[in-house]
Amino acid sequence: MTSEAYTTPPAGPAGRLRTAIRGALFRYAGLRGYILLSPTLLVLVGAMCLPVGILLVYSFWTQSYIEIDHTLTLANYIKIFTRQSYMLLIGKSVLISFTVTVATVLLAYPIAYFIAFKVSRYKIVWLILITVPFLTSYLLRVFAWKIILGYNGIINSGLKWLGIIDQPLTFLLHNPTAVVITLAHAWAPIAILPIFVSLEKMDRSLLEAATDLGDSPTQRFLRVTLPLSIPGVVASSMLVFIPTVGDYITPQLVGGPDGMMVGSLMHAMFFRANDWPLGSALAIISAMAITLTSLGIWLLTKQARARAI
Amino acid sequence: MKLSAPKWMRGGGLTGYAILYLAFLYIPVLFLPLFSFNDGIYISFPLKGFTTKWYVEMMATESLQHALLNSIKVATTVSIISTVLGLLAARAFTRYRFVGQRPALGLLVLPLVVPGIILGIALLIMANSVGIELSLFTIGAAHVLIATPFATFVMISRLEGFDANLEEASRDLGESGWTTFWRVTFPLALPGIVASLLLTFIESFDEFILAFFLSGNEATLPIYIWSQLRFPKKLPTVLALGACILTFTVVVVVFAEWVRRRGVGPSRKSEN
Repeated sequence: MTSEAYTTPPAGPAGRLRTAIRGALFRYAGLRGYILLSPTLLVLVGAMCLPVGILLVYSFWTQSYIEIDHTLTLANYIKIFTRQSYMLLIGKSVLISFTVTVATVLLAYPIAYFIAFKVSRYKIVWLILITVPFLTSYLLRVFAWKIILGYNGIINSGLKWLGIIDQPLTFLLHNPTAVVITLAHAWAPIAILPIFVSLEKMDRSLLEAATDLGDSPTQRFLRVTLPLSIPGVVASSMLVFIPTVGDYITPQLVGGPDGMMVGSLMHAMFFRANDWPLGSALAIISAMAITLTSLGIWLLTKQARARAI
Repeated sequence: MKLSAPKWMRGGGLTGYAILYLAFLYIPVLFLPLFSFNDGIYISFPLKGFTTKWYVEMMATESLQHALLNSIKVATTVSIISTVLGLLAARAFTRYRFVGQRPALGLLVLPLVVPGIILGIALLIMANSVGIELSLFTIGAAHVLIATPFATFVMISRLEGFDANLEEASRDLGESGWTTFWRVTFPLALPGIVASLLLTFIESFDEFILAFFLSGNEATLPIYIWSQLRFPKKLPTVLALGACILTFTVVVVVFAEWVRRRGVGPSRKSEN
């Protein structure tokens, strides 16, 4: 009953090599970690880092008719930074996503608190109820709002049927508010989970200590619970803010001309205007805008947290 | 010791809010199945009467069947590949400590948060530069990119509480590496593997934006739906299709979540 490791190594160079490899794997456990991770890293590098690298290079090239001019230049960036309509569109996209983020996180916090502190027996049921909508088709969730808010949609026809209005309300669809409502609904579930995790793993004895030291429940919430859950709030904000800035489906379906976001412009540059380098530069600038705003949010919350504690 | 919640959170207020919130999450989507049985071309109140004709029409649409088949092909392949990769990666993260572990984990989060449209554009450019023609293959590759991190995190949550002593005990009792894997590691990881297969299948099956940029001439189901939205007359059929997809997704996801969360994680005592 001896396991392989104890058998004497077979003679010859091949055998010695095998023993050496096995020895290395045995001694440096980290190496085995790398080997297990390597296929995934390969996918990440090949299908994300490399393409994004090419995207970056593309953004410094220019389109001249059907040919691509491979001289490196900042022309695309200058074009975007100097054209007011592009910059306004990026700004509007960031603003819409920021509004969505604030709304989503504010709405999500009480639910996370509820599941973490109030639910004891059916926690899994609640968590599944929250997660399921997020894993269902994003396209269909957005589409649902188009039929709800539409000119002859569910709200308008319902109100008319009930005799509350005579004419359909025109302010429901095709504006930034419709985009904000739809995005807030579509991203709501993802905002709950990080906040829930940060509340769930909180050391409950801190809460007891605060009460023992004479804090009222509200004081305790503001001075202990809230500051300790800030990392979860920041994670939630990022998970909502970063992907929504570049959203294409929602502005396209419910935004109308006023609710247009930068994703639509990127798509147009690739499939209508056929100016890939300009589209690439726009993608890079949007990514930078997202990163800078995210950093800003992170720094602000960090400061707020430091002040609270 | 009993801790009471702040006054403004007491007295069922929070529970009431939670129920309202669930209604907000679910009701908008429930309009799809509701109107898919409505005997009228317009999606508006009052309801005109019950019909299943949109479902019959849906079944008869050939381009839809083709798109469905494409989606199933892509999603099956993606779920298998990403689950295998995710299992290996999760094992690396939970079992071993190595330099660069945190950056690697950070890199793994990126595909989940980078806006889909940027990934789509980048992959489109890359396919074009390398000379790969757009097809179901390019869609699949893009889906593997976003499904692998997802699979990894599902597997990490399963393997995290894993007691390494069980494997050592197995080896001490004379099992080889392979039999230890098949008889100890694999059965313990199995719920995670099942959940990961199902969830990544759904993730690929429902994914739109990457497929939209990378599809070429072959449509997956979400692309097919998108192409139909322009025709008001087709909307009821789209609703029927949407209702079917939603039902299928919910059943699979609830099952997967149930398998995944069963017996995982400490269930702490609640505050009161």
